[in-house]
Amino acid sequence: MLAVNKVAAGYGGIPALFDATLEVRAGEAVGVIGPNGAGKTTLLRVISKLIEPTSGTLSFEGASLAGVPAHAIVGRGIAHVPENRRLFPRLTSEENLRMGAYIARGTFAQRLEQVYALFPRLKERRAQVAGTLSGGEQQMCAIARALMSGPKLLLLDEPSAGLAPVVVQSIFELVRKICAEGYTVLIVEQNIRQVLKVVNRAYLLDAGRIVRSGSAQELRAAPEIQKAYLGL
Amino acid sequence: MSEIFDIYLLEAVLNGLLLGGLLALLSLGLNLVFGVIDVVWICYAELIMCGMYAVYYLYVQYHWPLVLAMLAAIALVALLGWILHQFVIRPVLNAEPINQLLVTGGVLFFLQAAATLVFGIEFKNLGVTLPSVRLGEMSFSAARLVAFGAALGGVVGLWLFLSRTYLGTAIRAISQDRAIMPLMGVDPGRIFALTSALGGGLAGLASCLLVLQYDIHPSIGLSFGPITFLICVLGGLGNMLGGFIAAFIFAQFIAVGGFFFAVEWGYVIAFIFFIAMMFWRPRGILGK
Repeated sequence: MLAVNKVAAGYGGIPALFDATLEVRAGEAVGVIGPNGAGKTTLLRVISKLIEPTSGTLSFEGASLAGVPAHAIVGRGIAHVPENRRLFPRLTSEENLRMGAYIARGTFAQRLEQVYALFPRLKERRAQVAGTLSGGEQQMCAIARALMSGPKLLLLDEPSAGLAPVVVQSIFELVRKICAEGYTVLIVEQNIRQVLKVVNRAYLLDAGRIVRSGSAQELRAAPEIQKAYLGL
Repeated sequence: MSEIFDIYLLEAVLNGLLLGGLLALLSLGLNLVFGVIDVVWICYAELIMCGMYAVYYLYVQYHWPLVLAMLAAIALVALLGWILHQFVIRPVLNAEPINQLLVTGGVLFFLQAAATLVFGIEFKNLGVTLPSVRLGEMSFSAARLVAFGAALGGVVGLWLFLSRTYLGTAIRAISQDRAIMPLMGVDPGRIFALTSALGGGLAGLASCLLVLQYDIHPSIGLSFGPITFLICVLGGLGNMLGGFIAAFIFAQFIAVGGFFFAVEWGYVIAFIFFIAMMFWRPRGILGK
């Protein structure tokens, strides 16, 4: 479904990602794990064209994404939940969802119902200004906003970042639920232990390079991951 | 004696209210553009001047019906707003604020000079005199009543547009987080251009109302440009509700101050109030 081939990218001439090659097949949940500053966020930003790759190719459902502007990506079926959630703080929760459905207005009411079934809390908070939601609710709202476009592929950037441990649990529970609903998900996480419980496969990114890949089980058992990241 | 005094004071207060509506409309477009694009159109009042000339020429020279001439003027100024954004603002969108002020300041002098060349310096007016409306002992200019009604209509219409439509919500959203708008499938450049056209359209509406009350000349922008800008600052730049409230406060100072002393004194008091407020609340009444 998504093929990233030898992609490099950076900011203002400073490279952050080298030669990344990975793929996501329809129906899969794939993780990209690695420490802070490994290039995980950059990878997602390249896929949704918020930054242009300096080299390499991207294709989605067999069609190249070269020359596709960032604002046309969601129309292709890729929805991106950005780092730090980035809700519109002074819009209400439901107005944020409305923005998520900007390109899919005809199905707004129907999607809203689906999303509220998945996140009943957001229905209670629908009229609340997003900036005053709790961290967990904000993360739900950000994920729900991305789902409003009816994406084929969901990109999740660190959904657990900055949340209390109990809330982290419930967010991963939700991610698991979304995967079970049949969405294809590419999730970037520092919380390696948790994310490996949710995804089918994962890539390990370190210092801008993909250094390892495999099934979640394999990676959990890999000695270098156990030692460096899981503290075993 | 005191009874007459009271009724004239009431008349002044009500006239201030009517003036407030007009000032509120004037501040609306400038505030919208600043709130969304973060650029101050110093030449905003000169766009209004262009609209006033458009109404004048279409109505007086080409004998269009007045309402049609006004609609055309609104469309023209909306187009000017769009052009201003695409050709002047867009290239300096990421430049220092001072550069942005300087370019729009340049447009101000360009429009003034161009209007002097093309239209000449003599005062022009529509030759339309709307009657005054009497209410008991008090009298109000019908032009002001019309302006007040249209201004209120413009404010309510804009509010409905911003709160009820996808496009309006996107305009509010983009002012809160420009960088992630593409993730919503929104092209920020397009929203900016549309906002500019909308800001221009509001300037156009203001020009239709002003042309009913004032003579047109190339530097008319200077007589209400500064006050428009001050109202926006007093309300909190970019805060439309703040601008709305500030417009009515300012208008009361002018009207009631003018009643007790002289019209000029009304302005002096309003500006003293403004300066005092800048010490007390430098970010405006509703500024954050």
